[in-house]
Amino acid sequence: MALPGQQELTHLEEFMEGVWKQNPVFVMVLGMCPTLAVSVSAVNALAMGLATTFVLLGSTLLVSLMRKAVPKEVRIATYIVIIATFVTVVDYLIAAISLELYEALGAFIQLIVVNCIILGRAEAHASKNPPLRAATNALGMGLGFCIGLFALGAVREILGAGKLFGVALFGPDFQPWVVMVLPPGGFFVLGGWLLLFNWLRRRQGGALKPAEGHVHG
Amino acid sequence: MKAPIELRSSPHVKRGVSVERIMRNVVLALLPICAFAVWQYGLSALALIVTVTATCLATERFFNWMAGRPGTLSDWSAAITGLLLALTLPPAFPLWMGAVAGFAAIALGKALFGGLGQNVFNPALVGRAFVQAAFPVSISTWVPAFAPGRFAEFIPTTFTLPLMAPPDISAWAKGALDGFTGATPLALWKFENQVTPPDAFLSGAATASAGETTAVLILLGGLYLVARRFMDWRIPVAVLGSAALAAWAFQLWDPARYPDPGFVLLSGGLMLGAAFMATDMATSPVTPLGVWIYGALIGVVTVMIRYFGGLTEGVMYAILLGNALVPLIDQYTPPRVFGDVKGTKP
Repeated sequence: MALPGQQELTHLEEFMEGVWKQNPVFVMVLGMCPTLAVSVSAVNALAMGLATTFVLLGSTLLVSLMRKAVPKEVRIATYIVIIATFVTVVDYLIAAISLELYEALGAFIQLIVVNCIILGRAEAHASKNPPLRAATNALGMGLGFCIGLFALGAVREILGAGKLFGVALFGPDFQPWVVMVLPPGGFFVLGGWLLLFNWLRRRQGGALKPAEGHVHG
Repeated sequence: MKAPIELRSSPHVKRGVSVERIMRNVVLALLPICAFAVWQYGLSALALIVTVTATCLATERFFNWMAGRPGTLSDWSAAITGLLLALTLPPAFPLWMGAVAGFAAIALGKALFGGLGQNVFNPALVGRAFVQAAFPVSISTWVPAFAPGRFAEFIPTTFTLPLMAPPDISAWAKGALDGFTGATPLALWKFENQVTPPDAFLSGAATASAGETTAVLILLGGLYLVARRFMDWRIPVAVLGSAALAAWAFQLWDPARYPDPGFVLLSGGLMLGAAFMATDMATSPVTPLGVWIYGALIGVVTVMIRYFGGLTEGVMYAILLGNALVPLIDQYTPPRVFGDVKGTKP
């Protein structure tokens, strides 16, 4: 359902919203907690991105299907229950697939439930759009989140450990940048990517649109 | 008919001082220190100073281009950042790490805030703090001053390939100076309770960063800037005075454990920090009372970190902490406005 006076987006455009124009990490600056905390290595970052995408896809689909049945007054509670269900699924799934990864991600898997990208999508998009459109948008957002996390994780792993996906890139003499695997490194790398993205968007000619939502969780 | 009197707002009398002129004089005051560092440590120190300064200038140029602003290289401030940063690094610091420090100094310390005058922290110290966190081993690897072959060969770590760890040079350093332990005077005091005599600092023989052991030249450079009124003399006086007072109080309390104030003033980077970094115009308070509070805070925090912290040296973090408090200090120490009666609210 498009707003009055607004052109209905094609499915490809809907998909590309999250990947580029409204990228959750680089444009909306949402979900900063997991972004900064688990992006120490590329594997952790991608796993976190995929887990979030799964929850995002499942919950938006269900929210969109139930959008006419849920009374306005209890919608947030309903969304949270739906999201929590999918988070529980993904929590057990990761524990079953790789215990090592499960321990590396720690509490941040359970904390997907409060990731504001997911609640934001449910509230701002899925509750107003039919299932197929909501799912397309969620997939794009999920992919955008994966790209954002991977961009941070890759840089931090390359500079902080000289590896990518655990494979040594520079041989045994590599000098690790200790700061990159520490929390400040996450902020430095995120700042660098934000600078690059904003600069690219400005060069493209598109005036910087204010991000929807706030910097949060 | 055109009015014979030109109407305009104050200021009506200007001193004819520009940013560029002040900065050029600071560079002038720094050059003797750089020259002495090169004389002490030879080719490696020269290469480090040139590399760090060149990276700072290139980074400044790059961010100017990225932001679409006119170039600001001609105001000399990036050159000062580069020289100061190089002087706070150990002479054996690999050049590629020096380049990283220079980039971080301008990018994180200055460009992110919007350029000269907008920066909250001293850019040179931001660069040093970054490499201190990134390369903790290399930034505490010291070499002896006045090594015999210093103008014939580079220190082995200088030309480490980018991204690679520098080789271990403890054997080389021992060969260059017999009995060299690789500990700075502050580390010797902290871990072995051994106080270095003051003449080692004055002659430049003490183990330290490239520009830290030249107390006389630093003071002369500072005096030159003060005499030309390009520097607020109260800041170095407050920093050094409060550090000396704190050290004196501790020595009174337990003379066996704490060193004399002279050692505290001369060792480490306190002189360089007090004269050239705490006095950075963009990152120090503007109110007369605020300047004293700011300086005293830096001096006392430095002594506290040295005596009770995990690190041997605390000048860098003391100044960065002082920088962070500048807006607060300025807000609480407004000078009395002319004509204002005490006790009335404006």
